[in-house]
Amino acid sequence: MTAPPAAIRQAVIDSVQAIAPEADFAVLDPRRPLREELDLDSFDFLNVLIELHGRLGVEIPEADYAKVGTLDALLAYLAARLDAD
Amino acid sequence: MIEFRMPSLGADMEDGVFVEWRVETGARVERGQVVCVVETQKGAIEVEIWDAGTIARLIAEPGQRIPVGQAMAIVAEEGEDRQAVAAAGVAAPPAPPAAPAAPPSPTATPAAAGATVVSTPPVARPAVAAGLPPRASPAARRRAAELDVDLDALAIATAGAPISVADVERAAAAPPAPVSPRAAPAAAPSGPVATPAAGPGPEEAMRAAIAAAMSRSKREIPHYYLGSEIDVEAAHQWLERYNAARPLAGRVLFAALALRAVALALHEVPDLNGQFADGRFRRSNAIHVGVVTSLRGGGVVVPAVHDADRLALPELMASLRDVLARARSGRLRSSDLADSTITVTNLGDLGVETVYGVIYPPQVALVGLGRVLARPVVRDGAIVAARTMTATLSGDHRVTDGLTGARFLSALRERLALPEAS
Repeated sequence: MTAPPAAIRQAVIDSVQAIAPEADFAVLDPRRPLREELDLDSFDFLNVLIELHGRLGVEIPEADYAKVGTLDALLAYLAARLDAD
Repeated sequence: MIEFRMPSLGADMEDGVFVEWRVETGARVERGQVVCVVETQKGAIEVEIWDAGTIARLIAEPGQRIPVGQAMAIVAEEGEDRQAVAAAGVAAPPAPPAAPAAPPSPTATPAAAGATVVSTPPVARPAVAAGLPPRASPAARRRAAELDVDLDALAIATAGAPISVADVERAAAAPPAPVSPRAAPAAAPSGPVATPAAGPGPEEAMRAAIAAAMSRSKREIPHYYLGSEIDVEAAHQWLERYNAARPLAGRVLFAALALRAVALALHEVPDLNGQFADGRFRRSNAIHVGVVTSLRGGGVVVPAVHDADRLALPELMASLRDVLARARSGRLRSSDLADSTITVTNLGDLGVETVYGVIYPPQVALVGLGRVLARPVVRDGAIVAARTMTATLSGDHRVTDGLTGARFLSALRERLALPEAS
């Protein structure tokens, strides 16, 4: 299944805002560490991944956390996973 | 007859503002059921009842400021006649002010029935006043500081919706309102009783609560501080194997593993677990760990994970997740805040490397867990990279000495070296 990039981006935004409603993607630097940009602690981050799984069906294993450290990296990772499935 | 009273949610709480009932007269209530919402300095709290029965009479009304210990409702026990109990009224108000000379009739208005209830005008604030600080991103917060925009006022204007940088900039460009909404009630006649209706906003109230508790701590508690770097590589590797086989929702975070290790280490050093009251320390058999939780938008609350030493790791994770979710969403319950026996701070992993915390009275110890990072350690004479964290202990010198604290940190190190046992 291939998902358009805009749909993936919207799913990420919705997932993050479900946990951190004030998250402002307009001012977020997509190349900086996502969790620090958005003040997400380990609980928040796990909850974001659970939201993402609900929206996109992609479950990100802990071993891949290093590959999803920034918004750009997360979007690329999700696109690749959705393409592969 | 049972009196359902305003609970004490911390040593410094004197009263709370009643927000709403979640039950009606005549309703059957179970032990542990949420029956009302009260606004405190720690935000809006859902208050549970600890006796089963039937609601005979609701006394408290929205907007009333009610002292700790004063009856908010009368509950009929099993086998009692609800009408008779309701008519009997408040027999002996626990709060000092005089009771009404005659028993109040069942038709009396609640405010008149409870003479000690200080009536305040309903607090005319929108949903945001439910005790949470304004929800604003770090960027919006910075911009607000730069432009001197009052986030509290803006939160009220936006009815509690998340505040973005654009909102802040719009607010800065707009002409200042003649009177801030929160200050407005002060101008209105407030009746015979001077009331705090124009009291501080939620963020200021929480600041004041933290200030009161921390000032008391530093005034009364002679702190000693210890710190120790602990190798948590084995614990992390064990947890990664544990999580690899589990779905997202079943994953356990290191925070939960560390919390359990703290609770189990306290078994070996019980003099750090309990409360200091009336000039002496009372050790607690139960281990209720207060978890310092930063709120988005500022302030902290310290809800408890109850019986942390008795929960298996998945249960502890679930309990921690529930309580953090309630804290973050501003829906803490009275039992979450009532009875911690020790506090752990900085489970948030974006934090600093070392934290020496201030003890929350009436507790006598606080454990600080620093950021986990890969650092050089010496193993078998060779330098290798391993994940470590600095654990600290702040202790009350009236109750224990450094030796006790050192024993605790040593026990914690042993627990984390054997994660499968913790």
